[in-house]
Amino acid sequence: MNKHKRKIILDLITYALLIGGAAIMATPFLWMVSTSFKLPANQYTKTLLPDPATLSNFGELFGVQINFPQLFYNSFLISGMVTIGQLLTCSMAAFVFAAVRFRYRNLLFILLLITLTLPSQVTLIPNFILFRYLRLIGTKLPLILPAFWGGAFGTFLLRQYFLTIPRDFLDAARVDGASLLQIYWRIYMPLAKPALAALAIFTFQGAWNDLLHPLVYLPSVPNTTLTVGLAFFQQQMIQGGKFTVLMAGALISILPLILVFFFAQKQFIEGIALSGIKR
Amino acid sequence: MIGMLAGQARQHTRDPWNMLYGLRPLGREKFWVFLLLAPTIFGLVVGAIGSVIATLALSFTNWDLLTPPNWAGLSNYVSLFTNPAFSKALTNTIKFSAVYVPGVVVVSLLVAVLLNRPIRGRALFRTLFFLPAVTSAVATALVWNMIYGKDTGLLNYLLEQLGMQPVCWLCTKNVMFAVVLVNIWGAIGEGMIIFLAGLTAIPRDYYEAATVDGANGTQRFFRITIPLITPSIFFQTLIATINAFQAYDYIYMLTRRGQGDSSFPVVVFSIYRNAWNFFNYGGASAQAIELALIVVFLMGFYLWLERRYVVYE
Repeated sequence: MNKHKRKIILDLITYALLIGGAAIMATPFLWMVSTSFKLPANQYTKTLLPDPATLSNFGELFGVQINFPQLFYNSFLISGMVTIGQLLTCSMAAFVFAAVRFRYRNLLFILLLITLTLPSQVTLIPNFILFRYLRLIGTKLPLILPAFWGGAFGTFLLRQYFLTIPRDFLDAARVDGASLLQIYWRIYMPLAKPALAALAIFTFQGAWNDLLHPLVYLPSVPNTTLTVGLAFFQQQMIQGGKFTVLMAGALISILPLILVFFFAQKQFIEGIALSGIKR
Repeated sequence: MIGMLAGQARQHTRDPWNMLYGLRPLGREKFWVFLLLAPTIFGLVVGAIGSVIATLALSFTNWDLLTPPNWAGLSNYVSLFTNPAFSKALTNTIKFSAVYVPGVVVVSLLVAVLLNRPIRGRALFRTLFFLPAVTSAVATALVWNMIYGKDTGLLNYLLEQLGMQPVCWLCTKNVMFAVVLVNIWGAIGEGMIIFLAGLTAIPRDYYEAATVDGANGTQRFFRITIPLITPSIFFQTLIATINAFQAYDYIYMLTRRGQGDSSFPVVVFSIYRNAWNFFNYGGASAQAIELALIVVFLMGFYLWLERRYVVYE
């Protein structure tokens, strides 16, 4: 009986903490949704349900001044290209590290792993100077090109997955006369779809949410990404503006990732558990 | 960390890192191997090693990119210690990390332990706690700004309803805790997943055996759960530390003021401001080098701690 009582008390504490915590987690999102449907005149009202509700804030995003569709397109293009670049070049290297024996493999792999801990701020300044020298500042290329020269995180994640593919597959393909390229593209890539999906989600998310790099390479509106655009408009708003429109923009900007998250929650969560590291 | 990283593929006992595994390339395939590796080698040489060397070289110069660079000797490193703005940024980063790292580890461990109990609605809770980790810091920081607002904010409104005085959350006095709170809020989701993975891996028998031996819940938690998830705790502390020293997005969005200033400047903020607002690329490089050295030093310290204290099965 005593034991039973303890369990009920523990359950109560668990639910109380979880519900309280979940409320704190969710409030900013609820507030974002709520404000985005309020009239600009009611932007500071403290009611959760907008009264009256309006869609005008979303309409204003299409205005010339904000040019939200342009920002959205830029973010989408950059994140898409970054994802393609990472999937391709990381899987190429990961395959070699997982399935091919050659000299200096271990040295190369360890060097790559060391760069995992390298803060991106250390590489940002020389990369900026390089791209400035190439006259690419203000274009999307400085954000896209580095994705095409591999990456420690993606290579490591895919290598770990490739290593779980049974050795017999490799030997059987070899006996059948398959070349390394065929083994990579016909056997390893199709079998690694779950890991590729997880990496695609992470990479897309990282590029979509990135602030620092677009701030450096694409600093001016509207030729920039959603994050820099929203940060810029927030500064404009501080001098008396419509936070309702800003919230509508914020909501639209997080919607694609929320949708991906709901449809691919498994990959998201397994990907994190698989590697434990983002970026 | 290394144990955890290698753990995934540790099926060959003689070769825990799978370093001997693989096919030998035949004849012309050596060329293809090189081609497959070419982007990564380029990234490693130019993007990583080259960049570090370039940053190091830049840190000994004064360069605004408009006029030719001047040799500055050690002056940029001297000003790391003499420049009050940078000292403030460094102090802020350290204070921020000192609160953020234990905060993230403890809160996400607590959430994971609660979610690991047999409860209803686990998937819903997990989704809610993970949501901030999916969405951009920029977008959610916009709402946090509205929540923290002094006269119009939601938080002060709630305080007033409870009969308390409104607080200036983003003023110098409170800004650190306001910012740390949002950063922890954003990071719980990932930590929770790491800890849940660690918790579900603990065999049930351990708890049953301990119960038979008369251990109570607290004892079971501190004698079984905590020791067995030391790898996850270690790993999460490491990741949180790396993130703490590079934290930028929320801080930029919540604390910036006019003229590119901030009410809570951190080292990354200072690097950005020196390089792209003041065109002091040499000074910014020296700051980046110092940041990297601090992170490398901490990593070394953690790996030493790992060897001493972390238990791998």
